[in-house]
Amino acid sequence: MFTSLQRISVGFALALIIGTALGILLGQSKLADETIGSLVIALQSIPSIVWLPIALLAFGQGSTAIIFIIVLGGTWAMTMNIRMGIKNVQPLLIRAARTMGYKGSELVWKVMLPASIPAALTGARLAWAFGWRALMAGELLGRGGLGRTLLDARDMFNMDLVIAIMVIISIIGLIVEYLVFAPLEKKVMTRWGLTK
Amino acid sequence: MDHVIIKNVEKTFFNKEEKTSFTVFNDINLNIKKGEFLSLLGPSGCGKSTLLNIVAGLDKATNGVVQVGSKTITAPGPDRGVVFQEAALMPWLTVLENVMFGLKKKMSKGEAEKKALEYLKLVHLSKFIRSYPHELSGGMKQRVSIARALAMDPEILLMDEPFGALDEQTRSMLHKEVQFIWEQTGKTIIFVTHNIRESVILSDRIILMGTRPGGIIGEFPVNLARPRQPSSPEFVKLEEDIMKQLAGEIEKVMKEEMGDDYNSKKASLLYGSNRNMGEHI
Repeated sequence: MFTSLQRISVGFALALIIGTALGILLGQSKLADETIGSLVIALQSIPSIVWLPIALLAFGQGSTAIIFIIVLGGTWAMTMNIRMGIKNVQPLLIRAARTMGYKGSELVWKVMLPASIPAALTGARLAWAFGWRALMAGELLGRGGLGRTLLDARDMFNMDLVIAIMVIISIIGLIVEYLVFAPLEKKVMTRWGLTK
Repeated sequence: MDHVIIKNVEKTFFNKEEKTSFTVFNDINLNIKKGEFLSLLGPSGCGKSTLLNIVAGLDKATNGVVQVGSKTITAPGPDRGVVFQEAALMPWLTVLENVMFGLKKKMSKGEAEKKALEYLKLVHLSKFIRSYPHELSGGMKQRVSIARALAMDPEILLMDEPFGALDEQTRSMLHKEVQFIWEQTGKTIIFVTHNIRESVILSDRIILMGTRPGGIIGEFPVNLARPRQPSSPEFVKLEEDIMKQLAGEIEKVMKEEMGDDYNSKKASLLYGSNRNMGEHI
């Protein structure tokens, strides 16, 4: 189980970082949006598990291959949401910041990025969900972790273990939802004045 | 001494797809003295906000120049503070952090905090420095926004219908505050409004702007003693004079928006010839 958690943490973190960076680029530059943007949409429509054969060839049977597909699963959702967030920043906030002498990258860091936090949160949620599915699928085919244990249990007709693992998976999902995303979302929504 | 010089300024919007263009105003000439409180008054669509944005550097003039002191304006800068119609506060920052937002760029955090507190005191918000914008009323937000603009210590304060979205009581209270701040700091203020009374209460000079073609159609110096009483005969007289000049303009705007059958004499659009209820049943 801990192998799985370790993999998803690393993969999820990487997806967030890469997704945010790409999202800012797409939201900022029209050229990037019109070129890389459609590529991102194309990549988004490929289920990340499809990458596993290539990943296994490239990175071998270890954790790297599975982390790779987790990243691929989560990055695109994160990218698209950050992109939307950056594009939907209230122009008035940007104008106000400009009158106070902000410009260029400072505007991105101090105004646009904080203003897109609500969108980023939606992106993170999706990235987590896609990443988690990618992890399970990857582990069923790869090595180690909950997925592998699940498959081993099936091979030995140990149905108790199969059910137990399914319960564990759903409990982890619940914990992440109620201890991480829900409180975070509540806080962000009130702070950004989005609740009525 | 002229502080702001607006010379032959023209603003035209181009529509690339339909290859049409629309000139909001052309050949605007206006000089504003140091420490003057000037109002730009006019109906919606006359370009008063556009002119203010050009002075702020947020919009570019199609033709002509705007000079502040000896400097020609090309971009926004901290020497010109702007208060918008909406407070435009960063929702993720507290009141104090919002006022510090611009200050942090040019001084240490400690100094910025000290200065922000000073200006928040000026607008009577010392009690709310740890609140977030969503916890404040509209008038309070606008006061934060004024404090934020003032804290940058700009030479000029540009106010774009800052109290347009507020209720009457809050507005008249903020009028007093703005007047007090202006007397305290001696800043040059350009104030955009469509409210005649507001402009007479506050300003030294009122510039009346018209539409189609846009431009300056009149100028009214206000030589009444402060604080001004809206009920005094001189006040009422001035208000009426401005109203008379504006009436034609307002009708022009309405005609344009509603078509030629608009008539300001009576609300003729509202009534049909058969307006007896139930007549046709």
